[in-house]
Formats: sequence, structure tokens, C-alpha cells
Amino acid sequence: MRSVFIKNLIEQASIDNSIYLMTGDLGFSVLEPFAQKFPDRFINAGIAEQNMIGVAAGLSMSGKNVFVYSIIPFDTMRCLEQIRNDLCYQKLPVKIIGVGGGFSYGQMGVTHHAIEDLAIMRALPEMTIVAPGSRHEIEQLSHSIIYHTSGPIYIRLAACEGKVIYPENLKITLNKACEVITSNKALIITTSNALDLGYTICTQLREKDIDIGLVSIHTLKPFDTEYFLAKENSIKAIFTLEEHNLSCGLGELFSHNVIAKLSHKIIFQSFGINDSYSHETGSREYLQEKSGLIPSVICKKIRELYL
Amino acid sequence: MTQVIYNKEKITTNFFNNLKEISRLSRLDIIRMLTLSHCSHVGSALSVIDILTVLYNCCVDTQLIKNKSPLRDYIILSKGHAAPALYAALAHANIISHDILNSYFKNGGVLSGHPIKDSLPGIEASTGSLGHGLPLGVGLALAAKNDKRPNKIYVVMGDGECQEGSVWEALMLASRYSLNNIIIIVDHNNLQGFGRSSNMVTGTLEEKFSAFGCNTVSINGHNYKELLDSLMYYKLQEKPYAIIAHTIKGHGISFIQDKLEWHYKSFNQEEYQIARKELGEL
Repeated sequence: MRSVFIKNLIEQASIDNSIYLMTGDLGFSVLEPFAQKFPDRFINAGIAEQNMIGVAAGLSMSGKNVFVYSIIPFDTMRCLEQIRNDLCYQKLPVKIIGVGGGFSYGQMGVTHHAIEDLAIMRALPEMTIVAPGSRHEIEQLSHSIIYHTSGPIYIRLAACEGKVIYPENLKITLNKACEVITSNKALIITTSNALDLGYTICTQLREKDIDIGLVSIHTLKPFDTEYFLAKENSIKAIFTLEEHNLSCGLGELFSHNVIAKLSHKIIFQSFGINDSYSHETGSREYLQEKSGLIPSVICKKIRELYL
Repeated sequence: MTQVIYNKEKITTNFFNNLKEISRLSRLDIIRMLTLSHCSHVGSALSVIDILTVLYNCCVDTQLIKNKSPLRDYIILSKGHAAPALYAALAHANIISHDILNSYFKNGGVLSGHPIKDSLPGIEASTGSLGHGLPLGVGLALAAKNDKRPNKIYVVMGDGECQEGSVWEALMLASRYSLNNIIIIVDHNNLQGFGRSSNMVTGTLEEKFSAFGCNTVSINGHNYKELLDSLMYYKLQEKPYAIIAHTIKGHGISFIQDKLEWHYKSFNQEEYQIARKELGEL
């Protein structure tokens, strides 16, 4: 995902010299082309993320379109108060690119995992949150992200498998739910890199003639409540799926933004990480399994609840 | 009084008296705001007001600030808790109206206990949490330098604030980029929330700023000649410039000077009248 986004950023930076890219000393083998093409607009801020956000704010106050780049915990949680005061409170449209959503950095350990970032960023007024589920989504969203002007935006990038097949001519638009597989009866809703898992589960269920669809919530904030309310009369069941902590994650966001507003009861269940850190080493797949993010298990649970 | 051009050779007593009168009136505004609102930080505002008086009246073009010109110099009060000093200085430099000072701390107003960016002309940043102003200033300075704009960026900080790691992160970047358009003024009153600033660390601020690549000078932050000389006649080098201004917390009012509790306390009516008398009123 990151290569796709950086490629698009470089394209825009060559026609728009207000674009600046800062990194907290990360991005080896990804950011070099930007650094070489635009040395005056590339700043390695060093391993000093608080200052990186502050400097990004200062550049933004001067009219620059600033992107900061790091691994998620370092450019979200390490410098949270700078994001709050300097970017959100001051309404500065700095773009925070975080790489390594969920368990992307698997064996590197919990210090590098990102299972709370969406919750924390969501708590900030003025913040827009984008968590694309695939390279295709980030490709389609890049332009809107780059020219987003109403306050800061957090872009959660992650390792993904790229196996999702989208309907032809599907328009992927910032702030709009992305309907990957249509159903008016039941939906699996995913965000960020849980999309692959959701796709696997949805396909398996549909092979068993279960009418269930798949929606990728690439924009978590603002949340596209209208999309779901439009299906209010026919919808029977909704399942959320995230490679993120269940506490304050997509499931809770959905329940706040949609479930609470529905006029009738539906079947609802969220799947995600059950409020714990892993104290053992493991690949992304291993850690997903440990968290119960297993297609067969979730398929079984959905069938129990829905059929 | 609009911008005064300070000519070192032709300096007159009248010139200094003028500045002293502005700071005296500002001090009266500060204690009035803080007494009426029962708000803290009177000591911090009084230690920094001479610095702000010189900055706004001698160093910057206030008309550019008022018009939010991209060519303006920026003054960022990083020690946001001294906000009343900023508001008073802005009023006496005719950047904001003097009447608005009456709205300090009032519901629905914009003169908050800590400054709110763009709420009024000259309020360039929302500060209040320490260690934020310098990184912002470094970003502004970097942008100005890249755009080849002549702006100067003045960042006014506290000495206790220098315990924040982000200050030193910012200095690393500022000196790496040889940002000589940033001028850091530390209001070194040697008192913070719960003790002496010098007891929190070893070594001096002068040593530390020099070690981080700044051209550093040490002055008396209540002496107008030293303030003006250091702010207007320094030798421009290819590095950030730091002025360690030694000040007295609560300067100008005898019974609160250099006393820890006046970081928090506000005057009762009796104390307020004594303070006003000391400032030459009544």
C-alpha cells in the first residue's frame, strides 16, 4: 500500500511544490525517490516524532501541504499531544501516514503493532481517518487524501494480500462506504487490512448460498451512516471485522453510528482483537489466529447467529 | 506607539522611558485581568512582559502582523500560561483593541487562559502545553527559508519548559538546517510550578543551547538596553539564535517577586491596590 501511495504523492509533488514529506527516520527503500527528486521538500526529522509533528504544523501554517511518515505507534501515540494540540486544535491539514496497521509487523513485536491507533485517532475532534483495505483502494483514494484540506487526516496503511476482486466500475470515494459484494440482507463490514479476511469469509458463505455482502469502511471518520440506514428496512444481520482492538474499534464505532439509530433490532456481532497484547512472537497470520481471526471459526459463528 | 526604530547611536532617554511606560501600563493590565478573573500565572506574565514589549514595539512590523501578511514576523508565546502578557502587549502595540482585555477569562470570549490561534490578530499559535512552540517555530522558519521569505520567527519560552524533550528535538533540527531566521528567547525566571528550575537540571541553559548548536547570549531580561542590543544588534550567524533572558518572576511588584506561590495565587483587593500603587497608580 505504501509504495502505491508514495508513487501517487511523487506524481503530485512534481506538479505541486507545496507538498512536503517528513519522516521519522523510516521508509528505507520506499521514500528515496521522493527524497532524490525533491531534496528541499523532504525532511528526515530524525528519531524525534514530537518535533516532527510540531514542525509539520509550522510548515502547514505557512501553506505547505505536509505529509509525515512513520510506523504507526511512532507517529500516532508517541506524539499524540502534538497531534491533538498542533494539528487538530489548530485545524491544520497535515497528513499522517502510518504504516503497519494491525499485526503487519508480526514478529517484530507489540511495540510495532497497531491495534489501538484507530480508537485513539477517532477520539480526536477534526481528525479524518482513512484505513484502506487494499492497494486498489489507496490508489483510488490517493488524490482526495493528498488534497484534503479540512483538518488533519490519518492514513492507516497495512500489509494486505490483494486478493479482493472489486466489481467493475466501482467508484471508491473518500467518506463513502465501499460495497465490495452487495447484499440487502446481511453484511460483513471490515476496515483496513481486515478486508482480505472479510473477503475470504464472505466468499465461503456465499458458496453455501448464504445471502451476505461485504463492505469496506476505508473512511472511518467521518462515518458513512447513510449507506447503512438506506438498507435499514431489509437488513437482518451485520458483522464487523477488524485487525484492531475491539475496545473502541470498528464494531463500537458501528454500533454508535448505525445500530443505535436503527428502528428495529438486528443480529450484530463484532470480531477483532480481544483487548490484549501478545506476549509471544508470531507472524501476522499466527497472531490473527491467536486472536480468533480465523475464516472457518468466524464463518461458523456467523452461520450460528444468522441462519 | 507604533514601531520604533531603535538606533543604537542615537538612543535617547525618552526612547527608553517610552518603552518603560508601555510595560508599566501592560503590567497594570495584567494584574487587572488576573485579579478580576482570580486566575493564576501572574508571576509568569510579569517576568516576560518586558521581553514582549520590546519585541512588539521595536522588532516587528505590527501592521504586517495585523494584516496577517505572509511576510510578517511571527511571535509565538510558547509559554502559553503567560497569555495575559501577550494580550496586553498586543493591545499596547495596537494589534488588538485595548477594550477586548476586559473579556479575559469571560464565557464566550476568546481571551482564554492560554492563547487560541487566530482568535485575534497576532495570536499565531494555540499554546498552553509546554514544548510545542519551538517545533512550530522551526516549521515556520524552515518554510520561510525554503521560500526565500525574510520573516523572522521569535519563540518566547519558559525555562521550566526547557525540560520538555521536544525543545531539544526541535533544536537539533533547527541547527541542522542552520535556521538563522529563528530567535529563541528564554524567560529564565528560575521558578516553575513546584520549585526552582535550576534544581531540576544540572548545568546552565546557556551551555545547553550552545551545545545544541545555537548562537547563545545571556542578558538581563528586564534591562531594555540589553534586550534591544541582543534582539537588534546581534551578529547573524548560520545557526539559530538563543537569548537566555535572566528575569525575576513577578518582576515589578515587591511582595510577589521570586516567590513560588505566585505561580498560582491571584491578588485579593488589598493586595491588588498595593500592587497598583507599586506600579505608580493611585
